[in-house]
Amino acid sequence: MNTQTAVGRFGRFGGRYVPETLVPALMELEEAYAAARADPTFDAEVAQVLREFVGRPTTLTPARRLTEAWGGAHVWLKREDLAHTGAHKINNTVGQVLLARRMGKKRIIAETGAGQHGVATATACALFGLPCEVFMGALDVERQALNVFRMRALGAVVRPVESGSRTLKDAMNEAMRTWVSQVSDTHYVIGSAAGPHPYPTVVRDFQAIIGRELRTQAQAAFGKLPDAIVACVGGGSNAIGVLHPFIGDTGVRLIGVEAGGHGLDSGQYGASLTLGTEGVLHGSRSLVLQDADGQIQEAHSISAGLDYPGVGPELAHLAKTGRMEVRTATDDEALASFYEVARLEGILPALETSHAFARGRELARELGAGKYLVINCSGRGDKDVATISARGVPPAVGVKP
Amino acid sequence: MSGAIAKAFARAKARGEGALVAYGMAGDPDLPRSVDVFAAMVEGGADIVEVGVAFSDPIADGPVIQGAAERALKAGSTLKRVLDEVVPELHRRCPETPLVIMTYVNVIMAMGEERFAKRARERGISGAILPDLPPEESGSLRATFDAAGVDLIPLCAPTTPPARAEAIAKDARGFVYCVSVAGVTGMRAELPADLSQRLELVRKASPVPVVAGFGISTAEQARTLSAHADGVVVGSALVRAAHTEGPQAARALCAEIKRGLKR
Repeated sequence: MNTQTAVGRFGRFGGRYVPETLVPALMELEEAYAAARADPTFDAEVAQVLREFVGRPTTLTPARRLTEAWGGAHVWLKREDLAHTGAHKINNTVGQVLLARRMGKKRIIAETGAGQHGVATATACALFGLPCEVFMGALDVERQALNVFRMRALGAVVRPVESGSRTLKDAMNEAMRTWVSQVSDTHYVIGSAAGPHPYPTVVRDFQAIIGRELRTQAQAAFGKLPDAIVACVGGGSNAIGVLHPFIGDTGVRLIGVEAGGHGLDSGQYGASLTLGTEGVLHGSRSLVLQDADGQIQEAHSISAGLDYPGVGPELAHLAKTGRMEVRTATDDEALASFYEVARLEGILPALETSHAFARGRELARELGAGKYLVINCSGRGDKDVATISARGVPPAVGVKP
Repeated sequence: MSGAIAKAFARAKARGEGALVAYGMAGDPDLPRSVDVFAAMVEGGADIVEVGVAFSDPIADGPVIQGAAERALKAGSTLKRVLDEVVPELHRRCPETPLVIMTYVNVIMAMGEERFAKRARERGISGAILPDLPPEESGSLRATFDAAGVDLIPLCAPTTPPARAEAIAKDARGFVYCVSVAGVTGMRAELPADLSQRLELVRKASPVPVVAGFGISTAEQARTLSAHADGVVVGSALVRAAHTEGPQAARALCAEIKRGLKR
């Protein structure tokens, strides 16, 4: 299908492919968002909450032992795992919930995969006193028990979704169905820079604080912009957030790492940018894992947050135009990186983030000594410890069994 | 524009009836037996048949049609097979009844819009309904369909502001599908009180017939709505009847709803 309109397009991607019932709500959101952005008090309010409650700016940390072990570029970490609730997701939920409140919406719904976005939404709703309902694939409810508890403790209602693959894509379907029924008084907080226009723009803008802080911090820490930035990509909100402010800086290599799952020849992966084809999923035209008949495939990743058969349209555009390089890391590589980062840096990275670390090693060597590589540490791994420990913990270094 | 749809509405009107647009899921329980279900609906009085093509992620559908889509996919239903195996056979058995494809935009994109339009027309399809393709995104697809002689039937929702609803209606092909409730497909005990005004507004602006759909499952609802619309769409109730009791139940339900549509 040829692109006919310019509604929220990133090259060929984006748009607004939703039931007509939702179109007026998306137009309302687009207008409300434009008005909010034009109002300095809104920006100031978001900034204040990010500073006082979320703990921003998050630090830029030198990873000295990884730098030494990898034997190449200086490795630095942008520490979104230190943001309140333990991941970058809170940047967006604070912004969107404040926007929803400004629009007079009475309740919030959200979908979640790993649970980080659900926890972040539940947190923002608790902070601002709005009722919150989170849709989560039944399989993810099982494998992310800690985050399910956190959401419930924060007062949110968690709705397990039993349809389809019982993961993030099905949770998103169910959230959209629910939103269609309750659109007059409900705001749907989409967690990734995906979905129908204006969500990819709204989420990207709220997450771009990561990259903006990094620009300033990099100048202060090593006197220039990074030579390369690497981020994991599921739907892609942390990636577009850290990379977007650098798109115009052609000297900065931008790298996204997708879930290679059991390997790219296994049929089980979450690599939409690498192996996806153009399609429409969840309201947006992007790169999608699908079969020849247009049926969406089930994605696989050890990380529930990367287990999604689509990707945000702006990242699809950056990948297709070559501005962003795309690589993949398998489940096993991510697991190995999890332990490497834990033992060399004292950080338990989320399994999502571990995919970025898995490619960080070779990127550091490719760049070579004297260059600067920043890895976006999108979230902490506490939520994943049950998944990881079930596979057995490798013996400690230097300790005889 | 396809004349078959206009003729079907005119025939119903001449008989003093509102038109019944009957939806079924192609491939539920399997491809050949779904033809029997569609044919039974026509025997029961359906004026137009909506041939549902399953999509893995049907965000506009409620649990009944979602379940039917899952069964159809398991039975191997694809757009290609529906066009090759279901539509020609159905067209042979019910040559007078216009057939309309209802599916999601990704399924059409995967086949290619031109290939779909050409093949659909050749096999006897008169129109298509794509619930996730609002007017802003439908320009090129509609031009392709127009060229091939397949009507892209637009949807109008209860949340659509009046001016937008009029614009959608003015530019419509085939008929206007007025979604009766803010929500997904599925039976409802009650329909919104202001639905009749909405239907009248759209009808005034539209050069083509206007039908109400979503939530309609009884003769009584059909009777109430047919005073304000040229017909009704019944989907989930028929899919459930066919799934639980077979084609004859779908036929009986069509006949019952047709009684409600008599003026």
